Amino acid sequence: MKKRKERIDRGIKVRSEDIFALSSYREMIYLLMPRAIPVVGLLGIAPFLSPYWQEVFISTSIYALLAISWDLLISAGLVSLGQSLFYGIGSYIAGALNHYCGWSPLFTIPVATVMGGVLCTVLLLPVLRLRGIYFAMVMLVLPLMLSRLVEATRILGGTEGLPGLTPFPNQLIALYVIQLALLATLFGFRRLMASDYGLVLKGINDNDRSVMSAGLNIYLYKTQVLFIGASVGSFAGAFGTHIDMFAGMPGFALDYALLPVAAAVVGGMGTFAGPMLGAFILVPLSEILRALGALRIVFYGLFLVVFIVGLPEGIFPYVQRKYHQLERWVELE
Amino acid sequence: MNQPIPLLKVSGLTKSFGGVIAVSNVSFELKEGELLGIIGPNGSGKTTLVNLVTGFVKPTSGKVEYNNKDITGWAPYKIVSMGIARTFQMVRPFYQLPAYKNMIVPLYSPRVKKLAGGKYGDRDAVALDLLEEVGFERDSHVAYKVAGSLPQGYLKRLELAKAMALRPDLIILDELFSGLSLAEVASIVPIIEKLRFQGITIIMIEHRLKELFRIADRILVLNYGEKIADGPGEEVMESESVKKAYLGSETD
Ligand SMILES: Nc1ncnc2c1ncn2[C@@H]1O[C@H](COP(=O)(O)OP(=O)(O)O)[C@@H](O)[C@H]1O
Ligand SMILES: [Mg+2]
Repeated sequence: MKKRKERIDRGIKVRSEDIFALSSYREMIYLLMPRAIPVVGLLGIAPFLSPYWQEVFISTSIYALLAISWDLLISAGLVSLGQSLFYGIGSYIAGALNHYCGWSPLFTIPVATVMGGVLCTVLLLPVLRLRGIYFAMVMLVLPLMLSRLVEATRILGGTEGLPGLTPFPNQLIALYVIQLALLATLFGFRRLMASDYGLVLKGINDNDRSVMSAGLNIYLYKTQVLFIGASVGSFAGAFGTHIDMFAGMPGFALDYALLPVAAAVVGGMGTFAGPMLGAFILVPLSEILRALGALRIVFYGLFLVVFIVGLPEGIFPYVQRKYHQLERWVELE
Repeated sequence: MNQPIPLLKVSGLTKSFGGVIAVSNVSFELKEGELLGIIGPNGSGKTTLVNLVTGFVKPTSGKVEYNNKDITGWAPYKIVSMGIARTFQMVRPFYQLPAYKNMIVPLYSPRVKKLAGGKYGDRDAVALDLLEEVGFERDSHVAYKVAGSLPQGYLKRLELAKAMALRPDLIILDELFSGLSLAEVASIVPIIEKLRFQGITIIMIEHRLKELFRIADRILVLNYGEKIADGPGEEVMESESVKKAYLGSETD
């Protein structure tokens, strides 16, 4: 007797966008669970972490923000290989305001978020019309150029950077702040993409000429998305620079460009939760592998390859599908 | 509707793609409410002419005026905001989205907002109404199906509905009928006649001469990018150059 796997959608009622009638509280739990997991998981675990792991989680959250920002850009057809541009600009703005003007992180971070967003958008405006790989190449090259520019002109502390920046009063507070920012970005972006505005962004990614013929200025939308993504990245940079108590050329490092892409690919693009999940796997993994010394990068690379080959759609879409569908074996005649 | 100034005036429009002259010195005028048919063998520059008028391609030289305003080389979204909508010969739906969600994008445009007095209203409802108008039967729920799963006939209708959503004054249909069965064509013709009845000016590019000649006021013939005839259907088909162009390249 042959058997075949049958998939059944669960909870169609609660999953439909328009109907909010929850008929039982099992359905309510079904609906709220996916949202509760990241909130409770992040905020609840924080006080129980050792100072070392608190630090790791802070750095993970910073990478997760860069990964979510990357995911927003890709959903409007902008391939970014230079999230480090946003990180570096954000960190230099916050660092300079703190180092030269003595502003507290309470002001440097919000200002760096907005100013970083504006500055990066203005820098990239001339290349916004480039497609796919051409835009990606410019984004890859820009942070590398800027870091050499700092070295050559010795501005902003040159190779020494800007040391002695104001730290956060307490590591746990810092962890809570970055986790709340991360959760707000995650839910904000998911809501944005579910709106009609998000539909236009998907349209641009899918078929930009069709959006143009619908009377929409696609470059206006791309500029807006770039600003939002760059602001989130700059926030990550400004935050990280106060954690490190240092702003400098490492802010433009390739790590900040490549890890977000790897996180998005491992976690599942276009979902925001996926890239975040990806960051929460890859960054701690890289910490654990530290013990292996030189072999670290080998294992890290192996892990990436295994994941990309084994689960090309990404972890999050896979888990999401399993959650929404029941599978059972049915007999075939 | 005798107007002193034409709705659309194209003068000396030329486009060359690195040596290949796709459209060569084409001029014509279009009165408000007129239905102009454009015919010509494959590769004669019909689609390029549409792209030039709608801003998707910048002309090498020449001028496009609309409502007495020079719109040459304007961005497509600005041309739409003036009231010109188009369909694509190759349908361009968002394949992963349900048909009615495809309609949200044009319904989100500044032009629709402006015409509705600053409000967008319930876009989903408007989308479903428009789709019903072009033949998405309401009870069949076909409007909720993912565009990627729809047959060509529905995709062409969706293309038309997306253009209609912009509430244009001039609508340009690039081979809307190609790839459709006779029955499907027959069911779309009344929709076009209705648009016409509403006073919308129409340009139709078609290979199906029979259907086109029945509804068009005027026919313009392109061959190798040049306009070789422009006038009432019977007159145009009598012209020597048209006979030569058509006998030379097409048999049907
Ligand atoms: N983007 C383009 N780049 C280069 N050549 C093009 C482009 N678009 C059209 N052409 C050329 O212009 C000519 C006219 O094409 P087109 O306007 O599509 O004709 P039609 O719609 O009448 O079949 C063809 O020779 C075609 O190859
Ligand atoms: Mg064509």
